[in-house]
Amino acid sequence: MTKRLSRLLALPLIAGALTLGSPAKAAEPDAILNVSYDIARELFAAINPLFVADWKHKTGQDIEVKQSHAGSSRQARSILEGLQADVVTFNQVTDVQILHDKGKLVAGDWQQRFPNNASPYYSLPAFLVRKGNPKALKDWDDLVRDGVEVIFPNPKTSGNARYTYMAAYSFAQEKFGGDTAKTEAFVKKLFDNVPVFDTGGRGATTTFIERGIGDVLITFESEVHAMRKQHGEDKYEAITPSVSLLAEFPVAVVDGVAEKRGSQKVAKAYLDFLYAPVAQEVLARDFFYRVQDETVSKKYAAPLPAIRLIKVEDAFGGWDKVTQEHFASGGTLDKLFGQR
Amino acid sequence: MAAIDLTAPRRRVFAGPVAHALLIGLAVTLSVLVIGLPVVAVFGMALSSGASVYMAAILQPATLYAIWLTVLTALIVVPINIGFGIAAAWAITRFTFPGKKLMTTLIEIPFSISPIVAGTAYLFLYGAQGLFGPWLAASGIQIMFTVFAIFLVSLFVTSPFVARELITVMQSQGVEDEEAGVSLGASGYMLFWKVTLPNIKWALLYGAVLCNARVMGEFGAVSVVSGSIRGETNTLPLQIELLFQDQNTAGAFAAASTLTVIALITLFIKLWAERRRDSHERL
Repeated sequence: MTKRLSRLLALPLIAGALTLGSPAKAAEPDAILNVSYDIARELFAAINPLFVADWKHKTGQDIEVKQSHAGSSRQARSILEGLQADVVTFNQVTDVQILHDKGKLVAGDWQQRFPNNASPYYSLPAFLVRKGNPKALKDWDDLVRDGVEVIFPNPKTSGNARYTYMAAYSFAQEKFGGDTAKTEAFVKKLFDNVPVFDTGGRGATTTFIERGIGDVLITFESEVHAMRKQHGEDKYEAITPSVSLLAEFPVAVVDGVAEKRGSQKVAKAYLDFLYAPVAQEVLARDFFYRVQDETVSKKYAAPLPAIRLIKVEDAFGGWDKVTQEHFASGGTLDKLFGQR
Repeated sequence: MAAIDLTAPRRRVFAGPVAHALLIGLAVTLSVLVIGLPVVAVFGMALSSGASVYMAAILQPATLYAIWLTVLTALIVVPINIGFGIAAAWAITRFTFPGKKLMTTLIEIPFSISPIVAGTAYLFLYGAQGLFGPWLAASGIQIMFTVFAIFLVSLFVTSPFVARELITVMQSQGVEDEEAGVSLGASGYMLFWKVTLPNIKWALLYGAVLCNARVMGEFGAVSVVSGSIRGETNTLPLQIELLFQDQNTAGAFAAASTLTVIALITLFIKLWAERRRDSHERL
């Protein structure tokens, strides 16, 4: 204990000395920094020790994985301002892309550097309803019925809610055969059914669970199951709609930092490890993410039933286009959200 | 007697036993609801899962480190601001120089600026895309998102505390004591240690305690420049927010209770210093 404490006390001074040191020294670092989104702290706290052991086993080297968590847009901003991230594990494709666009810190082809669009796990907007599903909410068109109260955060401020918006929009697009007017009326009706818009996903969860407002909460499927587990599987039910939107959780090596620090090899190995069966198992079993590994995926298929997932690329022509047409000031979202 | 006569009409309005009880009752109720209950709630929630869970939450390495970093920041920032405060107060109350008014105003700026503005301002100066960013990067110096950034913004945010406290006291005390010292042939050094410092020591302590309280509690400015790296740049207030976001209620309130305990200790030192300062001034 005293030894650990004294190490603890010395750390910031050492860290300070290191950061002030010359940039020429780019030997293999003994720690890498994973900059991540805000609710992934427990997730990486569970996976990192597995990687540390794996790396020690393979190379004989000791490595430490440091974590930093905040909203992923804000994290991207910090990295652009100099936060020394070796890797990013985000929940928004656009937040990784901006690291390339504004700072050339990640490679232009970052989505091709790792399998499945550099997304080792994924999720989708799903529903959490109260026990017995009293309003019989099964799919997106049940949510626009009169008298149904829907809870999800404000899509102007929450990435989570943008997925919900896109999922509802693409569902309606298919239902009405691409009729834009009908599609927009559908989404507007959905907005009308939301009694309160919180700024973030966790706020919406609090509204639904602690304050008891609303018939259904829409959030990531992983979050739906985690909330059920935490707040009572006998009090809530998870509903998977017929179709939803693929929510990728993109990862990338921050080349601009890793090259300088000489950490490319271990940074890449860390992200590769997220695709390894042992990490995928943790992701699926403990955190209810859908994973790419087929064996693991089958093993934990019970709470995560098969579902058709629409890609942003297919429904909206890519992130650039959906950002411009829907989310930019004066876009479709503003139009529908403002009309309420 | 004259003073009592002057207040007599007002006393008649508020002197009734009903009004009297009502006002006291209102003050007490509000204090309990607005101030007392939240503080009690922090400890209640922290200990709600039992003492062993509470201790485990505090002894968690990341929280332990956050406590240490917050204390370290105070240990570095408070002495520097004491030095700055004495120098600034000395210059402003004992000398006349062009720009004195401007300097007095400048010292007050951190008081009126929102901490988030302070944080972003430092980012615009020392961040990778900031004014000195390219030069710092070329020299291999990293300031933002390290502990140095935390020290820097804490210095900025808390710089007025000691100075303001001393300026008020030194202005009211005047320069007679020092002038007497000079006329008796004291050197500048002797003057400071034998005359000025004994006169201002309680005000100095009071300012330092206020400064300390603010350093330890600062959230906004620090959160912008910290990068929130666990076990490296996460201070106690940031750690509390992180645990709370994680729905780790016991952990968040355990961490919050340590910060509250530190604040309460600070408060008692402040009360004591205040009392000594006031009795000193009356002499």
